[in-house]
Amino acid sequence: MALRFEVLGRFNRARAAQLTLPHFACQTPLFMPVGTQGTIKGLTTDQLEEIGCQIILGNTYHLALRPTSELIDELGGLHKFMNWPRALLTDSGGFQMVSLLHLADITEKGVTFQSPVDGKPMLLTPEESIQIQNRIGADIIMALDDVVRTTITGPRIEEAMYRTLRWVDRCIAAHKRPHEQNLFGIVQGGLDPVLRDICVRGLVDRNLPGYAIGGLAGGEDKDSFWRVVAQCTAALPEDKPRYVMGVGYPLDIVVCSALGADMYDCVYPTRTARFGTALVPEGVLKLKHNAMVNDTRPIDPTCACMVCKNYTRAYIHCLVTKDAMGSQLLSYHNLYYMLQLSRNLHSSIVEGRFVCDFLQKMFPKGDVPEWVCNAMDVAGIDISSCCSS
Amino acid sequence: MKFAVKALSSGKARAGVVHLGSCPSSIETPCLLLSTRKGLPIFISPDLLSSLPSPDSNLLQFSPLHLEGASSTLVSSGREVSKRCVNIGQEARWGDTTPNFDSSEGPSPKTISSIGGLHQMVGLHEYGFAAVARDSIQCLPECGSTNKTGASFETPCGRRLIKPVEYMEMITSMKPNLWATLADEVPAWANNKRNKTSVDRTVKWLDECIARSPAGGAVFGSIVGGSNIEERKRCAQEVAVRNVSGYWIGGFGLGESMEERPSLLNAVTDNLPKDWPRMICGLGLPEEVLQGVAAGVDLFDSAYIYHLTIGGFALTFPLDRTEKIDYNYQLSDQGSDRTKINLRATVYRKDATPIVEDCCCYTCQNHTKAYINHLLNVHEMLAQILLEIHNTHHYLGFFRSIREAIKEGCFEQFQKKFVQSRREHLAADVVSV
Repeated sequence: MALRFEVLGRFNRARAAQLTLPHFACQTPLFMPVGTQGTIKGLTTDQLEEIGCQIILGNTYHLALRPTSELIDELGGLHKFMNWPRALLTDSGGFQMVSLLHLADITEKGVTFQSPVDGKPMLLTPEESIQIQNRIGADIIMALDDVVRTTITGPRIEEAMYRTLRWVDRCIAAHKRPHEQNLFGIVQGGLDPVLRDICVRGLVDRNLPGYAIGGLAGGEDKDSFWRVVAQCTAALPEDKPRYVMGVGYPLDIVVCSALGADMYDCVYPTRTARFGTALVPEGVLKLKHNAMVNDTRPIDPTCACMVCKNYTRAYIHCLVTKDAMGSQLLSYHNLYYMLQLSRNLHSSIVEGRFVCDFLQKMFPKGDVPEWVCNAMDVAGIDISSCCSS
Repeated sequence: MKFAVKALSSGKARAGVVHLGSCPSSIETPCLLLSTRKGLPIFISPDLLSSLPSPDSNLLQFSPLHLEGASSTLVSSGREVSKRCVNIGQEARWGDTTPNFDSSEGPSPKTISSIGGLHQMVGLHEYGFAAVARDSIQCLPECGSTNKTGASFETPCGRRLIKPVEYMEMITSMKPNLWATLADEVPAWANNKRNKTSVDRTVKWLDECIARSPAGGAVFGSIVGGSNIEERKRCAQEVAVRNVSGYWIGGFGLGESMEERPSLLNAVTDNLPKDWPRMICGLGLPEEVLQGVAAGVDLFDSAYIYHLTIGGFALTFPLDRTEKIDYNYQLSDQGSDRTKINLRATVYRKDATPIVEDCCCYTCQNHTKAYINHLLNVHEMLAQILLEIHNTHHYLGFFRSIREAIKEGCFEQFQKKFVQSRREHLAADVVSV
């Protein structure tokens, strides 16, 4: 175990905590920007520090292809390679199984991919995944799990869940740096509460430093989504971090935090920036839209980031989707927004005034979606002031 | 704007000082204007701009064409006007079928005015902007389509025809510190008749632009003349008697040879008053800049940094003027010519050293060749950002050496030695084969 997790405040199930990792002491709830290939698209490490980024996610699958984990190791690890002094997390490469499924063959041994770089077959076993992640050197590494889409039904889900448990043992055995890197297990089981329960218990038995809730954020309906999160957070240990993988939209992060989750990652803020969409308290602002061409307001008047302090929607409009600078500025703002959201969640949980502010701004007419109301019910948070009738 | 010549070397090369209202410090000349797209550098975001040496890096070149909107005439030249524009260096995305496309590139002049002008719009209040219609990277003069009503340019959004009245509308709304009048630039191979027309037209447009000149903002009279010495002289003499604050020398970098250029430049500068600044477009390479300095030019734009950056190149030529020429230099395996390296080369995969060992730019202080090699390999935008920072920093260093050489009275030797040292490496290669 190479981390310390200390809860500093609570609001029912929601927790504000300090997660101390080898490279950085983070405050949760937190959002991790995704730096797939050893960089956040268009931003420097200085800028990331400036906006308060605490931990970045790197992708094992991509880094193993280029520049290879051996090279990263030879050059002193990913922190040194990209010159990022704070925390890093690498995922196992498992998600690519779902997203590149037509190229993959999953057996008990592991997953065979066809390398997109040179077409050669690549076998990713639990052992290999951990070895690669050991070489990369992130503060948190993820066990290789057998991921299935939540839209699938049938025995495959059960098979994947049990395999995930068997694979986690192989990951633990292969892990060479437990005092520097924290191996998180990932709860699978689709949308089936029975399977999820078995998986949670199995992982808790292994006494890992932290746990992730996987297999979500793949197109399942919101009602199913929050229920799985609620079930898992209720059963996972109180004193260890809980990471909901692939989440996500600001609203989803608020709800999951209310239900007791601590960590999140998603490509959404940076990807949507490259398509000209800004994140704002009311939801999204599409800067490509014709209406923006002469709009001299900032993207978000309440935002303190460099972009909102200096630029108008009109100017950003003429940059987006056409110039690299447009992507950069919007990515900067969107990440600032997500990180500020994390900071607000942390402080509002500590100060006991959680959630309502956020929902009021996003749903000024009081039309909070039903799934959110249901989730908050379970979370024990009264949002009647935000909902109309 | 205030300008003063402080030192001369070898007769014509001058070191001077220019002071612009918005910049807190004076800027020494000869100096480099950083290229921008829509007012911001192509890759370096505004908060990283401050990591470049100041005040050297405070002068930016800007083309109003980047932001021209509904006010200019669209000449589609057969292409669908509805196609989305593509920026060189980015992945192409064509045929945006959303109903929300607009054909203009930017906010209207009225909007820009209400924002407060260019400085305000791009959040660079302490920088100086020089507005010139031509930008050597993406807005190139298209003399075949230019006619008596306006100047034509090839831009990423198709061909655009700009009339003096429209140009001045943009200048007025943008409020750059200094701006060049609209010019009709022709390439070096233009015939005499066309060339003569371009001079007459440019002078006529100069008068039209001055007539609509906004208060504030220094006007630079444009001088053309192609590769004809007489026309160059004639144009310079015409413009020299106009009420302008400086001179913009156009029509270079459009096909003239290195050999014929000095006499063409001198034909212009010999006929301009010495006390006003001279700005030029299209002299990008170091050797070309030196030619410009030798002829008495003070302000330079350059597309060199951009082309290096998108090619994956980083400048490495020595800036230390005391360095001896190494006659035994052997070209190394990767084919480096010792002026720049291509970071895509596999030899850099594991190179954990900075691009240039004692360079104090953000890139060299924070990142290694190996990392940039990886970024280039995986097509990540950060590569271009880091390269533009280093290349700009390095080129600004080159300009600093030029200024030092002028102040020490040895510019001519500096130019000779620089050109010779670069040729030596090629000569050594020939010998070693």
